Amino acid sequence: MRLFPIRGGIHPDYRKELASEQAIVSLPMPATLYIPLQQHIGAPAEAQVAAGDLVKKGQLIARSQGAVSAPQHAPTSGRISAVTLVPAPHPSGLAQLTIILEADGRDEWGELPEAIADPFAAPAQAIKDRVAASGIVGMGGAAFPSAVKLNLGIQLKLDILLINGAECEPYLTCDDRVMREHAAEVIDGARIMAHALGAPRVVVAIEDNKRQALAAMNKAAAEYPNVAVIAVPVQYPMGSERHLTQAITGLETPAKKLTADLGVVVHNVATARAVHAAVRFGRPLLSRVLTVSGGAVRNPKNIEVPIGTKVAELVAFCGGFKSEPSRLVNGGPMMGQPLPSLDVPVVKGTSGILALTPAEVNDAQAGPCIRCGTCVTICPCGLSPVEMAAFIRKDKLDVAARLGVQDCVSCGSCSWICPSHIPLVHYFNYAKGMLMEQNREERKIERTKTLAEAHAIRLEQAALAKKAAMDAKLAAAKDKANAVAEEQAGA
Amino acid sequence: MLVAVGSLTVMGVALGGLLGIAARLLAVEENPLEEELKAMLPGSNCGQCGYVGCALAAAALAKGEAPVTVCPPGGRAVAETLAKKLGVTADLSAHEDKGPEYAFIEEDLCIGCTRCIKECTVDAIVGATKQMHVVINEACHGCAKCFKVCPTDAIKMCKVPLTLSTWHWAKPEVGQTLH
Amino acid sequence: MKPGMNPAVAPVAAPHATTANSVGRVMATVMTALLPATLCGFWLFGWPAIYLWIVTVGAAMLGEILCLRLGGRAARPALSDGSAILTGWLLALSLPPWAPWWIGVFGGLFATVMGKQVFGGLGQNLFNPAMAARVALLISFPVQMTAWVAPLPINAAAAPGIIEGLRITLGALSPALDNISSASLLGHVKTELSRGIDLLHLLTAGHAAADSLSGARAGSLGETAAWLIAAGGVLMLFLRIITWQIPIAMLAAVALPAALLHLVDPGRYLDAGSHLLSGGVMLGAFFIATDYVTSPNTPRGQLVFGAGCGLLTYVIRTWSGYPEGVAFAVLLMNSLTPIIDSSFRPRVYGRDRKGVALEPIK
Repeated sequence: MRLFPIRGGIHPDYRKELASEQAIVSLPMPATLYIPLQQHIGAPAEAQVAAGDLVKKGQLIARSQGAVSAPQHAPTSGRISAVTLVPAPHPSGLAQLTIILEADGRDEWGELPEAIADPFAAPAQAIKDRVAASGIVGMGGAAFPSAVKLNLGIQLKLDILLINGAECEPYLTCDDRVMREHAAEVIDGARIMAHALGAPRVVVAIEDNKRQALAAMNKAAAEYPNVAVIAVPVQYPMGSERHLTQAITGLETPAKKLTADLGVVVHNVATARAVHAAVRFGRPLLSRVLTVSGGAVRNPKNIEVPIGTKVAELVAFCGGFKSEPSRLVNGGPMMGQPLPSLDVPVVKGTSGILALTPAEVNDAQAGPCIRCGTCVTICPCGLSPVEMAAFIRKDKLDVAARLGVQDCVSCGSCSWICPSHIPLVHYFNYAKGMLMEQNREERKIERTKTLAEAHAIRLEQAALAKKAAMDAKLAAAKDKANAVAEEQAGA
Repeated sequence: MLVAVGSLTVMGVALGGLLGIAARLLAVEENPLEEELKAMLPGSNCGQCGYVGCALAAAALAKGEAPVTVCPPGGRAVAETLAKKLGVTADLSAHEDKGPEYAFIEEDLCIGCTRCIKECTVDAIVGATKQMHVVINEACHGCAKCFKVCPTDAIKMCKVPLTLSTWHWAKPEVGQTLH
Repeated sequence: MKPGMNPAVAPVAAPHATTANSVGRVMATVMTALLPATLCGFWLFGWPAIYLWIVTVGAAMLGEILCLRLGGRAARPALSDGSAILTGWLLALSLPPWAPWWIGVFGGLFATVMGKQVFGGLGQNLFNPAMAARVALLISFPVQMTAWVAPLPINAAAAPGIIEGLRITLGALSPALDNISSASLLGHVKTELSRGIDLLHLLTAGHAAADSLSGARAGSLGETAAWLIAAGGVLMLFLRIITWQIPIAMLAAVALPAALLHLVDPGRYLDAGSHLLSGGVMLGAFFIATDYVTSPNTPRGQLVFGAGCGLLTYVIRTWSGYPEGVAFAVLLMNSLTPIIDSSFRPRVYGRDRKGVALEPIK
């Protein structure tokens, strides 16, 4: 199959060998699980349980709210001890509503929905309902509710379901191991999703540095003529859905549109595997495979982790730190978020936990920009980071917006390659956040204006009504006085 | 040389005269700026700026008597919009962004006098005489007029809390070698 | 960083890994690429050239330190990125090798102070500091700046020794050495053409092009060994320090008009080979016009910039009062860099060249 080049990109030190040969191991069930109500894009789920309730494994504990949302299920059997605020795995360190579940050690399954016997004969809506009910979200990190994404097939004519096995971030090997060890499950889930989407073809794209995964997936897909497994060049950010789509189809996703507008829907391999479990066995999303790695971790591993496990337990399972980590990262080093502490839970979108040494982080004092233009050369989105950062530094966010800062996917290539170590992506994230905040403030002011005008109108109408009432009263009193006078005159 | 001096002088006088006449004939009468500035302000006439109503604040801004940071409830967004319109650079460093606030009525202290309901220009307080008053958070924009009139000090101004969806990255602080 | 640390401390944004490259490393690589040509220049012109180089680089560093101190900034981090040394080095390479010490001092100080620090320091200057200094020197001290000498290898009997070389640099030129002062090829061409002697008669006597290649003819410290300069430039291309657009565009924009006009009138117009190998074109194409701070960032912009530098160099050399035009050409194109940058932005993914979102093509 012909591949197409993508613009720019970098080739960082991948360091995947730290964990790539570690087969997936299951974490022993922790004593306490912390399941946040919001682990996905969209409205948070609504808790269906309260302190003291007993739950079984797989039981629904939070219902999805609204069109773009996902439910949460109990990863094990036990007792709910509280629904309260717990620090989120978010760089702000802010707390969010979380269900705390004390495991009872029995790990008893509750009642699961029936397996869908022949998914390819079932109507697409049945598959989507099952995916929605199972709480499946994009497990590549974006955590977009998968059922909503499956709905794209209704309005748009789709050609390809593209399964993203690129895993272009350094250190992370969880998708690699899932493909090596559970290839058949991934292919099955992918075919089911393609059926739900109405897409005739499935393409699995895997970066060329994962030879065993390519072999395993090729073997599993061999009997299905409409499933193709393609090796894509090793280039960061090949895993970005717009760029992967371009590499496979040569088509460029227009700004502010989805890849679905080109007929391509992208899903992660782990998401496909979760769909397989949900459709074939009725099992909701209760755990995920992630990579714990980094130079500071004693024994890097790929672990199947129940949702809600505290990161500290994962680190302990990997033998703890062999040196003081310079940074703790949730995800990969290029786009991952800094962890506020080890005391936060694993959520559905957590693909990796990294403990990086000072040498790996290579933190350096930012120097002045020397306008070398390397950032312009390697930006996969064709932006000019040097210019945008200069304007953002001078608080000219509107100029930065005109230069395209909101088209930036925050891949981190420019910050990585800058010889002056300027935190470019930090500037762009700040700009995007500020622009959103300004937008929110403007809309609030509009709303306030509308309310103030409505208030003024209400008062005016009340005054008019009062005046009318007064006039009517006066008129009535006058009439009465006239009538009395007439009577007296008549009498 | 006389010719040169003479001709330039005549030209200067003539052109200058023309400019003066044009300034009189083509002068712009009303100041549409004031209307535009007024549209940018929240319009709730809360008085925190010190002027009686947004119209007078807009007039002061148009004359250049008020700084662009004059409107506290408008916050940073309004200050920047005004600055752009007036073509000045907003010195927002000194501007203490208290952050958005909203009013909160302590139920234990509220006596149901309805004074705050009458003050609120956006109808954000729900209640009736001798009944509990409550502030609708989404409608409240923190102008604090109700706060000033409550006879029992039952109203306090609270900061709008930062949530995961409203948090964003701060501007990076880079060292002294960066400009 | 300890686990469980206070989350109120500002979080560090991604990415959490960066390249091992740094500004200092880039400058060091450029200096390595310049080294062969510089050493050849030292060998050809002897001790005075070495002293001049030392004085110029030293003055450039001094200017940088003074300005940083005045601005209340730490000097060590700024100096350690090597940019002041490189500025002084490039300036030294473009000076007459036996120039007196105060030319080097004035030039070095001007380069860092007026050419760089007054704009705000590294990355903020509009004009190439070395070229700005060279032009300032050329205009202020035309005699000293055109006092070329013929090369005298450092081990030759007639060459000045260490002490004598020092005396030359300090301004007391030995009378016996007056004989070796010589005109550079371009200077010679300009003067003779203006006297009516055409090129065909001129170039047979002692200014063979082949000498330009090996460097054994009069010229500034760095312009003589053209092939060593080019080799350094190619090294930088391979190491991805510079991109090919500016050097190729500049050399082509000098060579093409030269070749064309030489075909039309060989007696009046110098051929392309001589143009490319004499003066500062090689040094300018690979090391000076490619200066990061003052050149455009995009490939198409760089082509325009390089072509402009080359064309202006040719025009100034052929029709202006000055025999050499690289410095002026580079400065003029530097002034156009901001507009080139804003005119030649890359196309944003998902949008057309005007910034409008693309239509979905299925």
